[in-house]
Amino acid sequence: MVAIHIVDRRLNPGSKSLENRQRFLRRAKALVQQAVKKTSHDRDIKDVLEGGEVSIPLDGMDEPRFRREGGTRDMILPGNKKFIEGDMLPRSGGSGGKAGGAGEGDSEDAFRFVLSREEFVDLFLDDLELPDLAKRKLAEVESEGIRRAGYATSGSPANISIPRTVSRAMARRVALRRPKPEEIAALEAELLICGDEARRAELLAEIEALKAKAKRIPFIDPIDIRYRRFETTPKPIAQAVMFCLMDVSGSMTEHMKDLAKRFYTLLYVFLKRRYRHVEIVFIRHTDRAEEVDEDTFFHGPASGGTLVSSALQEMHEIVRSRFRPADWNIYAAQASDGDNSTSDGEVAGRLLTEKILPVSQFFAYLEVGQDAGLTFEMPDSSLWTLYERLRLAGAPLSMRKVCERSEIFPVFHDLFQRRVRQERAP
Amino acid sequence: MTGERLFQGADWDFPTLQRIHDACEEIAESELGLNVYPNQIEVITAEQMLDAYCSVGMPLFYKHWSFGKHFAYQQASYRKGLMGLAYEIVINSSPCISYLMEENTATMQTLVIAHAAFGHNHFFKNNYLFKQWTDADGILDYLEFAKTYVAQCEDRHGRLAVEQTLDAAHALMSHGINRYPGKKLPDLRVEEKRAQYRRQHEESVFNDLWRTIPTGPVKSVATLSADRRRALLGLPQENILYFLEKTAPRLAPWQRELLRIVRHIAQYFYPQSQTKVMNEGTATYVHYRIMNRLHLQGQLSDGNFLEFLSSHTNVVFQPDFDSKYFSGFNPYALGFAMMQDIERIVTNPEDEDREWFPDIAGKGDTMGVLRDVWANYRDESFISQFLSPRLMRHFRMFHLHDDPAETAGIRVDAIHDERGYRRVRRALSRTYDVGFIDANIEVVDVDLAGDRHLMLRHTVLKGAQLNDTDAKRVLQHLADLWTYNVSLVEVDATGKVLKEYVANPRGLAAVA
Repeated sequence: MVAIHIVDRRLNPGSKSLENRQRFLRRAKALVQQAVKKTSHDRDIKDVLEGGEVSIPLDGMDEPRFRREGGTRDMILPGNKKFIEGDMLPRSGGSGGKAGGAGEGDSEDAFRFVLSREEFVDLFLDDLELPDLAKRKLAEVESEGIRRAGYATSGSPANISIPRTVSRAMARRVALRRPKPEEIAALEAELLICGDEARRAELLAEIEALKAKAKRIPFIDPIDIRYRRFETTPKPIAQAVMFCLMDVSGSMTEHMKDLAKRFYTLLYVFLKRRYRHVEIVFIRHTDRAEEVDEDTFFHGPASGGTLVSSALQEMHEIVRSRFRPADWNIYAAQASDGDNSTSDGEVAGRLLTEKILPVSQFFAYLEVGQDAGLTFEMPDSSLWTLYERLRLAGAPLSMRKVCERSEIFPVFHDLFQRRVRQERAP
Repeated sequence: MTGERLFQGADWDFPTLQRIHDACEEIAESELGLNVYPNQIEVITAEQMLDAYCSVGMPLFYKHWSFGKHFAYQQASYRKGLMGLAYEIVINSSPCISYLMEENTATMQTLVIAHAAFGHNHFFKNNYLFKQWTDADGILDYLEFAKTYVAQCEDRHGRLAVEQTLDAAHALMSHGINRYPGKKLPDLRVEEKRAQYRRQHEESVFNDLWRTIPTGPVKSVATLSADRRRALLGLPQENILYFLEKTAPRLAPWQRELLRIVRHIAQYFYPQSQTKVMNEGTATYVHYRIMNRLHLQGQLSDGNFLEFLSSHTNVVFQPDFDSKYFSGFNPYALGFAMMQDIERIVTNPEDEDREWFPDIAGKGDTMGVLRDVWANYRDESFISQFLSPRLMRHFRMFHLHDDPAETAGIRVDAIHDERGYRRVRRALSRTYDVGFIDANIEVVDVDLAGDRHLMLRHTVLKGAQLNDTDAKRVLQHLADLWTYNVSLVEVDATGKVLKEYVANPRGLAAVA
């Protein structure tokens, strides 16, 4: 009878290959990143970061082996129906032609596999960094952590710290000179072999005294007991609000709105990775501004002139009423085709430098253009000129021009690229 | 009808598995006379099965990105439904570990236990190749060691350096195998001692008289030393990894150990690739016998037996060459058919069989003959000895000879008739010959005194040269390990050089 052993491994932690998978992704990082970017171009903005299948060229990831090819081949095949010795079979498309097997893998030039959402986003946003993460608010409710905080003399039995309790008990026993059991045992042993009456009485008395003392000084006393103490600590959580400002006047085409939307989505996803709470405020403006919901923002019809200052004013008011700058990280991204009425420039500039920029972590201006090739030959728009002037004067503004979908990611990447840390006064 | 049913329906639990195992064991020992390692049966999920696939079926393995690549690939194709998972994986270790998938029905578990835990297990324990080349008791410990060692190396020398070494070693893995056992390779240190001893002996028996005795033409000093150098280095050497491990001039000790690990693992799998047909044939034959016996004894209901037959027939299905399912000979089909054929020859031979197999025809002791076959053959020798004309007719085998120089097409060289039997059989056994499966590449020389140039030679067989891109990449890896130039010449049987590759080492962490 041979021994048999049945083991249930189903509850073992799965995904033993996870580490190997990560190694593979790390190795193929450049390739996968490219694939991720390519995939996200073709995707709808809503599920841009859903993860999913990507395909990378096999080239960079192959494992070469000495393989032979060509030459004369001899094959034995089953299922002969009509051949007899000496027949010649035509080569192309002939019945024998496909047999033999040319080795697997040659046929595929791309390697396809599935990325999880996490992996996808990681690769997508890798080496991007948010500027100025300084503000952090201690929020009240949901972010309480528990941490060890020394020992206490009271607590629940489950929290008794045995090492601490025993060591204190030992210290006390030593300090009070509690007789050791061996000591008593030694005396008792002596008593057994002792013949002298006087000495016996002496020993008996001594043993008696020691036993009494041992009884008075307990092995563990309630005063020895210590409990592990925990305290709750509020953890700082950073929360952020993102303002999307967009010009929806007649001059903004669907194409431009689409570009803006892509940019906002990227920004949202990015913020979401950094902050647990990200609120979005949509402000659209023509010659007056209003806060709207997302759908209206992107699709609601509107027409009218263009006054950028109205949007800035609206943002300023919302910040004042709802988002205390001390508690919130404020990010704003403005998209526009650059039109602004000339008279508004001064007002907008002042609002921006005096009210908005001081409270914002980051303000990006995205000028969306009509089509490829045209915009850069046109003179700078009025808004661009204005912002450029402010930026040169030292205002912390980021601005880029975008004409094509494919430029969105590079521009975004460019804006948030991890830079060498600047020295900042505390 | 002696036994009770082992189970009803499709559900099973652990006591059922135990009962199934005991019933199979009873038959395996008393009726088939199998001699197996102790069994360990592990129940796993589909996810874990995928995991196991990617570390070549082993329960533990060192970490490397290539396994992650296979995992990602297989996971993708499994999810898309392109690929089914195997019912079981069995590991040549003692105890012999078989993985069962939890999704299997009770019948399937019975089949798998009979197939893996007894069929494969017996083969692993008794076949001479496995006995000679693998250490079933030690493999799990060795893998554990390998895993820890690789992890330690990564901590100490950096992930990148370890990865580069392993990449290179993996590229040469199929050339890291000792194909011939027992030859004690001359150890440089031992060799030196022997030389010293010889010199001492010569001095002690020195007699000037010998000098005056005329001898034949003297070999020139140069050729003598070249011969001697090659002999000392054990050249020509086909185990490239072994050669690098022992001789590469600038490898760090841990790199040599990594090469050794890869080499040992390649060696461990070496018998498996040579015994695919036999191994599967044995296991299939064993499960077929056991399942039939269980059914006869009434331990398996008719319904369950039909379920078994259905999967059994799927497994041993051999599509014809012109079928769209055809992808070479199915080792299960060929192996099982041959085992059954041997049974027939032993118990109920025809005149033809008596003529072809005088040793075993009508001998009567089926299991005795089969056990002997299982113990002493590998695919190549098994087929060349035991493929009967009857089976060639059954499979309607024919031999195609595809010579690219022949413009008229592919010639049918032999078919399943009196004239062709022996040729078909020889050609089929050839296709399982490891000597023909792997390219014959040897280290032939190294210029240790000069620029340490390492020379390899590929002896081209039947005009099959190396794939150019891959050969260059592998040579690059080889050069990186050797850290000096490496060249490879492809030579045909007449000694004509067909092609020459040279690779220069990239300056990388090999010496870091």
